[in-house]
Amino acid sequence: MEKNRTIHKTQVLIIGGGATGAGIARDLSLRGVECILAERRDFNSGASGANHGLLHSGARYVRNDPQAARECRDESRLLKKLAPQCIENTGGLFVAVEGDDENFVADFPHLCTRCTIAVEELDIDEARELEPALSDKLIAAFRVDDAAVDPFRLSLENIAQAVELGCSLQLYSQVVGFTRRNRRIQAVRLLNTKTGRETTVEANFVVNATGAWAAEVAALAGARIDLLYSKGSLLITDKRISYRVLNRLRHSSDADILVPGGTVSILGTTSIRMDCLDDIRPTIGEIDYLIDTAAAMVPALKTVRYIRAYAGVRPLLDSKSLDDGRALSRGFAVLDHAAEGLENFASIVGGKLTTYRKMAEQTSDLVCRRLGIHAACRTRTQPLPARQDCRWTVAGLAPRLWLEQRQNDDLLLCECEMVPTSAVDVIVDSLRGQKAEPDLYAIGRRSRIGKGTCQGAFCGIRVTGYMYDRGNLTADQGLKDLRAFLTARWRGMRPMLWGAAVIQEELQEALHCGLFGLEL
Amino acid sequence: MSVIRPLKCDLTVIGTGMAGMAATLFAAHRGLNVVQVGRSGEVIFASGLLDLLGVHPVAAKKMWHNPWAGMRALVRDCPRHPYARVQTNDIKVGLKEFLAFLDGAGLAYHRHVGRNVEILTSMGTAKLTHGVPETMWPGVEALKEKKSCLLIEFRGLKGFSARQIAQVQKDRWPDLRTARIDFPEMEGFSEVYTERMARALESSRYRRKLAVAVKAHLSGAKTVGLPAVMGISNSRQVASDLAERIGADLFEIPGMPPSVPGLRLKEAFERGLPLLGVTLFSQKQVFDVSHKKGRGFVLGIGRAEVEQTIQSKGVVLASGRFIGGGLYADRDRIRETLFNLPINQPADRHDWHRKGFLDSRGHPINSTGLEVDDLFRPLGKKNRPVFEALFAAGSILAHQDWIRMKCGSGLAIATAFAAVDAFLKTGG
Repeated sequence: MEKNRTIHKTQVLIIGGGATGAGIARDLSLRGVECILAERRDFNSGASGANHGLLHSGARYVRNDPQAARECRDESRLLKKLAPQCIENTGGLFVAVEGDDENFVADFPHLCTRCTIAVEELDIDEARELEPALSDKLIAAFRVDDAAVDPFRLSLENIAQAVELGCSLQLYSQVVGFTRRNRRIQAVRLLNTKTGRETTVEANFVVNATGAWAAEVAALAGARIDLLYSKGSLLITDKRISYRVLNRLRHSSDADILVPGGTVSILGTTSIRMDCLDDIRPTIGEIDYLIDTAAAMVPALKTVRYIRAYAGVRPLLDSKSLDDGRALSRGFAVLDHAAEGLENFASIVGGKLTTYRKMAEQTSDLVCRRLGIHAACRTRTQPLPARQDCRWTVAGLAPRLWLEQRQNDDLLLCECEMVPTSAVDVIVDSLRGQKAEPDLYAIGRRSRIGKGTCQGAFCGIRVTGYMYDRGNLTADQGLKDLRAFLTARWRGMRPMLWGAAVIQEELQEALHCGLFGLEL
Repeated sequence: MSVIRPLKCDLTVIGTGMAGMAATLFAAHRGLNVVQVGRSGEVIFASGLLDLLGVHPVAAKKMWHNPWAGMRALVRDCPRHPYARVQTNDIKVGLKEFLAFLDGAGLAYHRHVGRNVEILTSMGTAKLTHGVPETMWPGVEALKEKKSCLLIEFRGLKGFSARQIAQVQKDRWPDLRTARIDFPEMEGFSEVYTERMARALESSRYRRKLAVAVKAHLSGAKTVGLPAVMGISNSRQVASDLAERIGADLFEIPGMPPSVPGLRLKEAFERGLPLLGVTLFSQKQVFDVSHKKGRGFVLGIGRAEVEQTIQSKGVVLASGRFIGGGLYADRDRIRETLFNLPINQPADRHDWHRKGFLDSRGHPINSTGLEVDDLFRPLGKKNRPVFEALFAAGSILAHQDWIRMKCGSGLAIATAFAAVDAFLKTGG
């Protein structure tokens, strides 16, 4: 076995394909550093794919974490300039309703000014005119520079540029072991969870960017990180509720934020301490609590139709891990494991989607220092290239593109979100180019397929048929892929099944089980 | 709103799905003055296949090739399943009567009385069912004997891939070939729709051209499978004419909605039932119901508001589950939408659905529904019938999972038969 194993050699191995790992891959590639990005599942499978998609102005942190507030302020400005294709510059409001703490409200503009974060007080009527969905029990409203960001497109485009510059991508590759010798990681063993094959990567430096899983991965290498886990669940509505990001102006609490994204809105979150990372899913209790709480700010949230729910885990760095000089910020930290006897291993933990670029920059700086590479970071000035094959994740973009560029035989495979065959073709080619398997799940992660009201019940069938027609599938592989896809969608559907969603579910089951017998 | 004199009748059937159609038919055949009300849009989701019983126990995935033997086991294991309240002979009589009516309305079904058959679906899977539309029937034999077969798909028809069926079946059925053709006179269309193709094939011009296109790919195939598009109101003639022109046995393959076989059922009933004296209000719904001792039920019906009232001695509630609108799920409970009848259900939404969509045990929500007595009267407090002359039929009944058990049509027909019978027995 040992002899047959493929060995890859590279300068840097990045473990983790979330926004941070993707950002590091791009940053290092732009500096001319050769790297491999290994991801246990598909890209953005952890918190990077299970968040609000909120590009923070910083206003949310002005009270408890001014440094994080300033980082968000700077990074959000930068990203609006350098990656506008991933961002909808909606602006945001902070609002308080009757019963909220008035002292907290009174302090807010001063705290923003202290961090030089733009803020403008609105009168109540003006705020309700801007956002008619807001409660009539509003007592205060402020305008800030929040925006919405598509985390999927962001990661995809970071990865795409890295791959173009020579970075190699290994999806479904889980770290199963490290070989240590002379205070160094000599080799990392990866298991492909789809094929069952193991490969070995020998890298000069190894970066652990696995988010909530950072402690587990570090432990495999013999290093220690003390993380606390906090689960946050979010809901997606079937239509957009507000034009802007709406924040509840009170001490950070649950169900405080409603973020629009194209044609939908995202409500969240909860914050529940977890001891274990297995089986992270939103619960019915959380969902009901989110809806009932947020309705104080936006009453329509009680009656609107919801499409699905999802949950992510925030890794919180326990202060024990932050020795002198290690902590670069209170929001995130680059942990150099040299002190623990591992000279070529670092972990990046904590942080937010908004600051992903800065986290990548600081991690890459450390890597280059340790490898003796003198190359400056370029992500601070160089725009993120917008790509045709990465744009299909943006909610509401597909209908526009389809209408503008419609070819006569370009059928809509997904009628809820209007995803045409040409989009599937582009995504399949792109996956093939990255040596990834173009299955239904992967196509769904790179587009709006399965994201609309049918949740894949119809488009899943149509894409499967299309993939067979194109010769991309043989034997009963398409049925296996469809089962896996429906199973994955179900995680988010199950807690949201009432009202119209139950009707949709019954229809799905009548078709997939009643007629096709996929359960048998 | 203008006051219109109420329409008086013996029995009102609420619902235009399988159970509602069956109840209306049985009542009309027995000389009752029947009114039927329903939205009738949902039948386009019906596959057209008549399932009797395919799987029991669901969790063990045990398949029954003899549905009657399966039914005996089911009644023994689940004494509260609606089948347990109907005599097997009544089910047989009802089924025969139902199929005879459809045959008379030009929609012939075939079956082997004592057993189930396997039929190919557009997914490529083989489904166990009982009654098969004549236009699909040659596919049963073709699948069983793995005859040399050509599968046709149409350019622009989404969700139907002949290649998929051939790939999924390739180890079982190697002699499957596929061809992709244009539907006649729709060559330039970006998308084609089954209903439109089915209506086109009712004219011989399209059949002639389609036959030419199919024959070009035949090269010796004995049978030809294609999506369910062979006509709507005269599918029998369309299918036999096409088969003759092509020179091979033809069979349709059921697939995703909107479904032409479902449309055929709708048209057959809407054509045939009024001939039996039924007053049919399709595209209407019941908005309110009241009940007075001695006078029976008064129902307000209409499209968007009450346009007509009906005074009826008895009511058969065949309004279906969630798709049909008979049941509705609020965030905290499931309710019956018209009479607010009690629903047998789990205490909590946690227990409505399992953690996996394809969990072999099925979802508990699908077994929720109305509790009834042996006369199919919904039960209220103290397990007493809520009304003497209110009966329920079809999928709204509790203790069945028609989707997983593959018993939808059988359940509809059997319970409709029993509900009408009960109305007559109780003096309707």
